[in-house]
Amino acid sequence: MTGKGFDLEGIRERLVKRQELIDHYKEQGKNLDKNLEQQLKQELQQEHQGVLLLEAQKEKDDRQEIVKLRSELEQQQQDLLKIKQLNYQRMAVKMAPPMTVLRNAILAFVVGGLICVIGQVMFALFQQGGLVEKEASTATSATLVFFGALFTGLGLYDELGKFAGAGSIIPITGFANSMVAPALEFKREGFVYGVGARLFTIAGPVITYGTVVSIFIGLIYYFTK
Amino acid sequence: MVLKKLGKQTLQFNSMPSIKSWASVVGPMEGQGPLAEYFDVIWDNTLGSEKTWEKAEQKLMQYSMELALEKAALLPTDLDFYLAGDLLNQIITANFTAGSLGIPFFGLFGACSTLAEGLALAGILIDGGYAAKVGVSASSHHDTAERQFRFPTEFGVQRPMTAQWTVTGCGSFVVENKSNGFKITQATIGKVVDMGTMNANDMGTAMAPAAFDTIQTHLQDTGRKIDDYDLIITGDLGLLGNNILKELLKKQGMDTGNVSDCGILIYSPEQDTHSGGSGCGCSAVVLAGYLLEQMRKGLYKRIFLVGTGALLSPTSTFQGNSIPCIAHGVVLEYS
Repeated sequence: MTGKGFDLEGIRERLVKRQELIDHYKEQGKNLDKNLEQQLKQELQQEHQGVLLLEAQKEKDDRQEIVKLRSELEQQQQDLLKIKQLNYQRMAVKMAPPMTVLRNAILAFVVGGLICVIGQVMFALFQQGGLVEKEASTATSATLVFFGALFTGLGLYDELGKFAGAGSIIPITGFANSMVAPALEFKREGFVYGVGARLFTIAGPVITYGTVVSIFIGLIYYFTK
Repeated sequence: MVLKKLGKQTLQFNSMPSIKSWASVVGPMEGQGPLAEYFDVIWDNTLGSEKTWEKAEQKLMQYSMELALEKAALLPTDLDFYLAGDLLNQIITANFTAGSLGIPFFGLFGACSTLAEGLALAGILIDGGYAAKVGVSASSHHDTAERQFRFPTEFGVQRPMTAQWTVTGCGSFVVENKSNGFKITQATIGKVVDMGTMNANDMGTAMAPAAFDTIQTHLQDTGRKIDDYDLIITGDLGLLGNNILKELLKKQGMDTGNVSDCGILIYSPEQDTHSGGSGCGCSAVVLAGYLLEQMRKGLYKRIFLVGTGALLSPTSTFQGNSIPCIAHGVVLEYS
């Protein structure tokens, strides 16, 4: 250890003492005095370096104890940093602009609802045109997906999304958007490494977890029906 | 040898390296903003005449450097070094530009602090006697950044109010060893500050403590007071970050009337960018267009430009890490 003689017991003692101090400040929600913080940081750094060297010099089988001490020191370095971070985050949160939740929710409701109304009208028209219910619903989905894709291609869907949020993401048109947007975007990296590899960048998680959830629901249905 | 250093982090450039010329090329959105008249070239679309946005960003950088050279009646071969950086993985914009200019090159990554980092290093190279003329560029592009850090650009997602808009643009500078008016007199090299912000859509909150740390250290190192500066301008803290920085400074009893931010200046509120502009290009084009002109007009004699960088990586954010940030400051004086 730099400067001082190497003394594992001393390190352990200081580790405990420092932890008490850190916990105290954490509870109080107060930052450490700058000089004190610097001193603790320096101490920790010095001990960490010393322990690292000792670890390097020991035989592989004798390292266990020292590895544990090293990770305790590292944890304490994190804890020390955390005090400042938590206090800062507390202050910063108060200054953040208010989230426009109500406005967003209303817009999402109206736009999402409108898309669904359009879908319902299409559905009725398809049925009037002579399709049975199942065919009409498939045709409606396909048409909505087509328009979702078209408006993405025309560069309009992201403008709608900015305004409507979840209202335009949740309906099936949003699914089309989440597929066409990466397709357009990554075409420049080619059809294999671009479009092929990244087509599902956004839709992927939805499909993955949609499938997983449907398995569970299927099981529940199977055992409870 | 006596160190040309003040305090812990501040460098003193006694030979007064100076900014000889500058140029900026920006995208359409910046061209609709309040600083439009100060930019050299405004593109009417974000692709220019290229096939990809990455290529377009590379051209932004190359053209702005060539324009800066032309204004100084120089050729790339007259430069001793080129210092440049951008936001893209492996700083490809800077690499390709340096390749086409053919000048000895240091690639920089400091996120949005890149310009300040570049000017500080140019000062070091010149004041150290290793160079007579150095080129410095910093660029960003809204669409290349969006697709690398966030979502595909056509994806219809809502941006939160704390989000900032990456500037499409590049500012380039020629720094030389003759004193000509726009002097770089000092630079304060920042430390990485990580105050635990995890939200990649809230860079202002992440970066404000880094800016504060660098400003405070600079004032300590130089023994100056905040009002010894006509303007203290941060790179791209945006509205929220600027408010937090002012709050932090006020807590130290400082008056913040002269503290502003390039990210706030570059767009007007009607442009609906939410918290303002960001990106390496932000402070670069605001300095290359607007600020240096204001200095020439005599509005500001001494400014402290603090480039603020959120050293964000999508990988580390997804793995649950907070965003490390850095701020470098350079003192510019005009006489």
